[in-house]
Amino acid sequence: MNGDKLPFAITLDPGSSLHNHTGSWRSERPVYVDRMPPCNNACPAGENIQNWLFHAESGDYAAAWQALMRDNPMPGVMGRVCYHTCETACNRGQLDESVSIHAVERFLGDYALREGLVPQVDAPPSGKRVLIVGAGPSGLSAAYHLTRLGHAVTIREAGPMAGGMMRFGIPKYRLPRDVLDAEIARILAMGVTLELNTKVEDIDAAFAEGFDAIFTAVGAHLAKRTAIPAHAAGRILDAVTLLKQVELGEAPQLGRRVIVYGGGNTAMDVARTVRRMGADDAMIVYRRSAKEMPAHAIEAQEAEDEGVLIHWLRTITQIDATTFTVEKMRIDADGRPQPTGEFETLEADTLVLALGQDADTGFLTRVPGVAVARDGVVAVDGQMMTGRPGLFAGGDMVPSERTVTVAVGHGKKAARNIDAFLRGGQYEKGAQPELAGYDRLNTWYYDDAPQSVQDQLSMVRRQSGFDEVTKGLTEETALFEARRCLSCGNCFECDNCYGVCPDNAVIKLGPGNRFRIDYDYCKGCGICATECPCGAIQMVPEQA
Amino acid sequence: MTDDALQRVKFYQTGTQTVGNRLMDADSRTVQASTDRSNAITSGHRACQGCGEALGARYALDAAMRAAGGQLVAVNATGCLEVFTTPYPETSWQIPWLHSVFGNAPAVATGVAAGMRMRGKTDVRVVAQGGDGGTTDIGFGCLSGMFERNDDVLYICYDNEAYMNTGVQRSSATPPAARTATTPAVGDAPGNVFGTGKNMPRIAMAHNIPYVATASVADLHDLEAKVTRAMGIGGARYIHVFVPCPLGWGSASHDTIRIARLAVECGLFPLFEAVHGEVVAVTKIRRQVPVEDYLRPQKRFAHLFREGHEDRMRVEAIQLMADANIRRYGLVDAEDAK
Repeated sequence: MNGDKLPFAITLDPGSSLHNHTGSWRSERPVYVDRMPPCNNACPAGENIQNWLFHAESGDYAAAWQALMRDNPMPGVMGRVCYHTCETACNRGQLDESVSIHAVERFLGDYALREGLVPQVDAPPSGKRVLIVGAGPSGLSAAYHLTRLGHAVTIREAGPMAGGMMRFGIPKYRLPRDVLDAEIARILAMGVTLELNTKVEDIDAAFAEGFDAIFTAVGAHLAKRTAIPAHAAGRILDAVTLLKQVELGEAPQLGRRVIVYGGGNTAMDVARTVRRMGADDAMIVYRRSAKEMPAHAIEAQEAEDEGVLIHWLRTITQIDATTFTVEKMRIDADGRPQPTGEFETLEADTLVLALGQDADTGFLTRVPGVAVARDGVVAVDGQMMTGRPGLFAGGDMVPSERTVTVAVGHGKKAARNIDAFLRGGQYEKGAQPELAGYDRLNTWYYDDAPQSVQDQLSMVRRQSGFDEVTKGLTEETALFEARRCLSCGNCFECDNCYGVCPDNAVIKLGPGNRFRIDYDYCKGCGICATECPCGAIQMVPEQA
Repeated sequence: MTDDALQRVKFYQTGTQTVGNRLMDADSRTVQASTDRSNAITSGHRACQGCGEALGARYALDAAMRAAGGQLVAVNATGCLEVFTTPYPETSWQIPWLHSVFGNAPAVATGVAAGMRMRGKTDVRVVAQGGDGGTTDIGFGCLSGMFERNDDVLYICYDNEAYMNTGVQRSSATPPAARTATTPAVGDAPGNVFGTGKNMPRIAMAHNIPYVATASVADLHDLEAKVTRAMGIGGARYIHVFVPCPLGWGSASHDTIRIARLAVECGLFPLFEAVHGEVVAVTKIRRQVPVEDYLRPQKRFAHLFREGHEDRMRVEAIQLMADANIRRYGLVDAEDAK
């Protein structure tokens, strides 16, 4: 510059405002975060739902399925039988209707079976051997996750087929067996050894065989009984045995009018099964009201749709040949059923007891150090380990809610802890991010879009056969449904932050790489955080 | 599924509400979503935190640059935009840019357009811009002349409803009841007066020019579409962009776009397009709100909501203005009306 000769004011070359680092004005800085979406938070199997929906939204179903498979080895099963607590938690439910997560999951599960996709496993062999007792959802899930972690797994199953309650408790009209078989076969094909008709009675002997750890998940399949005075012993069956016999093709002849006693999901399943087996009348007798029943409302609704008559607030007090005497109940202030002294009679020729199940844990409680929690279920610590080092337990045989999804979650949790145990450490769960609640969202940016409805089988066929009741989504509806996801708390690259910054201080890093803040120029106005649809930007005070 | 089929599933999670969307055709995304945008005003400018005008000007000029294939000259009236982008010896402008004085930007732009025509540079387009002070007050005469001569200039007014740069004095675009340095919230009629004011888009329409539109920083797709349409037309064109001012309005810096959105959704700032003096299109209100929702977050209206002394009469009067807009432009479909 020639500033020596000319007056100051005309001596300076034009410069760019980029010299002026306006970032120094900032008192708060925007930071990209990944918050916990409510769906993930509610999933008993710990699925990263928002993440696999993200892939499904772009039509990359294989990537979506692989993401799903990191947590759950049986999406086809899960999309059909899970009670989807994720959808109850879904923020979209407050906007219009929740995302039909289970339907997309089922679509992905079926897609993978159709395309023959297999999970990506890359862990090197550990040289450790794990025995799993029981081939139900917990045991299969643990086997899958342990295999992914590099361990050699053997499953011993007392029964003639794998699947546990998925096969012997859930009727095929809810879970077609080809789907179940294929998803089990895929787990076994990863190198899991399955020994059927092999009951494990002696844990110490199993350890002596050379297993480094044992995971027991034998379920709960002993039917609870109740004493009802019966003058002429009619036909009394129990629900789990009946469902198992139906599955094995050994169902007994039932009467024309069948009463199912109980208000759980098993009661609903068995009443609907009985209806399909040709009974003229399938009735449910339950001592409390619809509000208190343990069955999920949707199952009771579907049973009633199919013509199952539910007698609420009744207990069976006496059976005389084909006449059942029932007493009316009322719910007291504490929510407990109380007898009223009023009686009525129902005509029926068969009684099926669906009063819950106990776990058959005698073989375990003999092991030194193993403690019983209550009702025969086994006590485990936070690592799912019993009092005997190396012996873990999960599923219906430990204290928890008894659903397939919880069982699959137990399998995953146990596998992580067993893996840590085998490597001489302890599994540390990572810090949980803050929940992405509805108030974190800027819902202005989301389009209104109602939930896609899954078709159902015609009523006549529902009442006469075991074909699957609920249909799957087509690719187009599955894609639409995936795209209804609000992506709560996790960036989905909508470019809003990049567009709304008055200072061009957001740098777009390209597809899949999200964005970065240029703190040299960011003034900390916070528009990006306010206008982020999904709440993935947090304003953090600057240190003084 | 092919890419074609993916695009046929019309729902994109956020549809077209967001700036971009990874699932959408690149053509359907905004100019602002592109890393190729001109960034007409680059980083380091001295605008306040959350400045609506910095945002509105970049939105409009980046869209104009794309429409003109990069052949654009911008003429700027005096005002915040000029001051915060060009403190000597720095500039934030990354396009050819010319500052004259407060009142003559339309006339200077007319001259630039004439000069380009004389030199045979027919592909170079001219944009003139100013704030509401430079447009509705000081440059009003020059602008009216530019319209009347139908000069080939797109004039864009960034309306933040007062003279912000000099200390928040009222302009003829300041709304009723608003507190400014020259309309204090005291006495029997606090804030700016009711009843008069200059509605610049309607004045522009009265000149029967080829194109007039209103736009908001809260609706980027709409704003870019209007700028692009205006750039495709010859003659005098006018776009009036609503740009909240956190400093002058007493709103939180992070609420700039939210406030602009509420102004549209309550009906106080209608979005429409007019061709040769006739309204040809309006952007409907998507989620209608009462004017109170828009007024409350702004300190310039705080005197209307003093605890125990709420000025319902004035709030109602402002609501009547919004209702009149809704009727006049048909902003709410009959079946959605409250």
